[in-house]
Amino acid sequence: MADENELLLEVNDLRMYFPIQKGLLRRTTGFVKAVDGVSLSIKKGETLGLVGESGCGKTTTGRCIVRVYRPTDGEIVFHDEGTAVDINRLTRPELKAFRRNMQMIFQDPFSSLNPRMTVLELVGEPLLAHGIARGQELEDRVAEMVSAVGLRVEHLPRYPHSFSGGQRQRIGIARALVQRPKLVVCDEPVSALDVSVQSQVVNLLQDLQSDLDLTYLFVAHDMSVVRQVSNRIAVMYVGKLVEVAESEELLRDPKHPYSETLLSAVPRPNPHHHMQRLNLEGEPADPANAPPGCVFHPRCRYMEEICQTDVPELIELTPGHHVACHFADQLTLQGIDYSGSPRD
Amino acid sequence: MAHDSLLEIKNLMTHFHLHEGIVRAVDGVSFDVRRGQTLGIIGESGCGKSVTVHSILRLVPSPPGNIVDGQILLHRGENGADAPAVDLAQLDPRGAEIRAIRGAEISMVFQEPMTSFGPMHTIGNQIIETILLHQEGVESTDARELAIENLRRVGIPRAEQIVDAYPHQLSGGMRQRAMIAMALSCTPRLLIADEPTTALDVTIQAQILELLMALQQEVGMAVIFITHNLGVIAEVADEVAVMYLGRIVEQAGVNELFDNPQHPYTQGLLSSIPHIDEEKLPRLRAIEGVVPDPYEIPSGCAFSDRCPSFIPGTCDQAMPDLDETGPGHRVRCFLYSDVVEGLTEVENGG
Repeated sequence: MADENELLLEVNDLRMYFPIQKGLLRRTTGFVKAVDGVSLSIKKGETLGLVGESGCGKTTTGRCIVRVYRPTDGEIVFHDEGTAVDINRLTRPELKAFRRNMQMIFQDPFSSLNPRMTVLELVGEPLLAHGIARGQELEDRVAEMVSAVGLRVEHLPRYPHSFSGGQRQRIGIARALVQRPKLVVCDEPVSALDVSVQSQVVNLLQDLQSDLDLTYLFVAHDMSVVRQVSNRIAVMYVGKLVEVAESEELLRDPKHPYSETLLSAVPRPNPHHHMQRLNLEGEPADPANAPPGCVFHPRCRYMEEICQTDVPELIELTPGHHVACHFADQLTLQGIDYSGSPRD
Repeated sequence: MAHDSLLEIKNLMTHFHLHEGIVRAVDGVSFDVRRGQTLGIIGESGCGKSVTVHSILRLVPSPPGNIVDGQILLHRGENGADAPAVDLAQLDPRGAEIRAIRGAEISMVFQEPMTSFGPMHTIGNQIIETILLHQEGVESTDARELAIENLRRVGIPRAEQIVDAYPHQLSGGMRQRAMIAMALSCTPRLLIADEPTTALDVTIQAQILELLMALQQEVGMAVIFITHNLGVIAEVADEVAVMYLGRIVEQAGVNELFDNPQHPYTQGLLSSIPHIDEEKLPRLRAIEGVVPDPYEIPSGCAFSDRCPSFIPGTCDQAMPDLDETGPGHRVRCFLYSDVVEGLTEVENGG
């Protein structure tokens, strides 16, 4: 096993600006700053949860990391057997070879699988593309992977339409993992699934992680699911990270007002929990036209003058707990108190 | 004497006749909706929760869908007044009578407000249309004022400007507020909310849920709230019905259902989801298997192939009846009752 604290991925000051083009000449009139200076690191074998509301840039961050997008700026350093590679500086052929190390699991198992390919072709394609295996060896490896995700070998000649949503997601997982990547970006992998299937897929992802020594970046909006799978959680708001901490610490003791409201908005499956909910007024800011100062200040209940002008830096408040808030060390925020004992 | 139920559904069956066979989407569902109360219906995709409420408003496309049996009684008598009940199941789905009820006495909020508003008309015009259709003697200038007032009531800022906005100009949360404003514009007795917050972010979801509950208090309407999210149902419902493959498998008051779930499916659902306010479990306790294909429903109890308490020779032989196990608590399971569906009395199964 690798050293506990060995880093697999370091992202420094990642920026992804999408140009807004107008008129006949498609002049650029502005930028949607989908990711605006995100720095994070992922240790080998851990799961980092990335949460936030729609439009906060969490998916874009994940896509930049696997270089589906070419980031506007920033470093994405991948540590691989003693060497450090900046993914953002790789040339096309280098990148193609490097992609084996990083894969992605998508949200929608209906649109992410080609309907004209069989399971064998879908799961075997990455092996062919990277020249890893062919012929009988390819079939064996596909069959092994397919059973590892809980499908049967009889399923290999079938097409995606004959599978349920949960089974399709398993095919997507097999396709991502068949070439034994080191890092997997899971982009909302369970949010399109039914409740009873969600828990099966969450368990499967956790089992595969320990069996195959995977490192996950788990992008999702559902705080309960993210907490279940993550060692650490990063909270994102309008292109920026506002808080990063060990997941239980973030839940119990959030330090950023946005994390506090996000936690309090999670609907609890407990009718006796009549909460003192902190209702968040308004809606997230437009990333094309973000407010000055702290991006969260127009919705923040603790807002003061400095928040409207100065952008707070993400600082390490206590070891491992990073917060971007001017008053992080002064505010007393409300987390989740687990008075309830686990169900039997 | 006025009936204390607003809506009474008795043995509703809505089937779809397709090339591949008959899909019994709703197969003998009975429940009451009491005035001013919220009935939550929970279930996974394909359980028939949406078809049930679409049947109430007669929105099921026909063909292929048909209400083949059952009654949907709307009791209008209010404040002691006695009025005969209307059986919505007998109405012509395109007739004047049901159209007078839709949007006025019973209205609906859908999951995706983008697809349920017409894109070519302003929000205001669509609300005004509803008001003019259902409220007699309202002039169009007054209707505009009423529309603005309705938008204001659901917390839309600058309502006098938003009234002239097109649906695509609003954010998801604002569109859902506008949808609610339209649904409430004629003060319905019953609001049907079909996954109204599923497409929204959690902070926006929280705003919409609070808004719905506050408006319900203000208007005094009954609500049928459909969702697959146990957290949402715990928050909004007074009474909960759990559906699986076209049938109600358990129904109880919300506290009773969460404190004392009895059907193995309900128990499975509750213990399979991650609970954020409890200690983290190393692994989730997932329900085995998947919801079966509607053409390959197991014989006997529909949940029998996934059930951890499956009793061979019993559960695969007959469908248990939804039987009372305690005050207001009904469960469809042979663990609690040996009454078989469709039979009034059964000679004991031994």
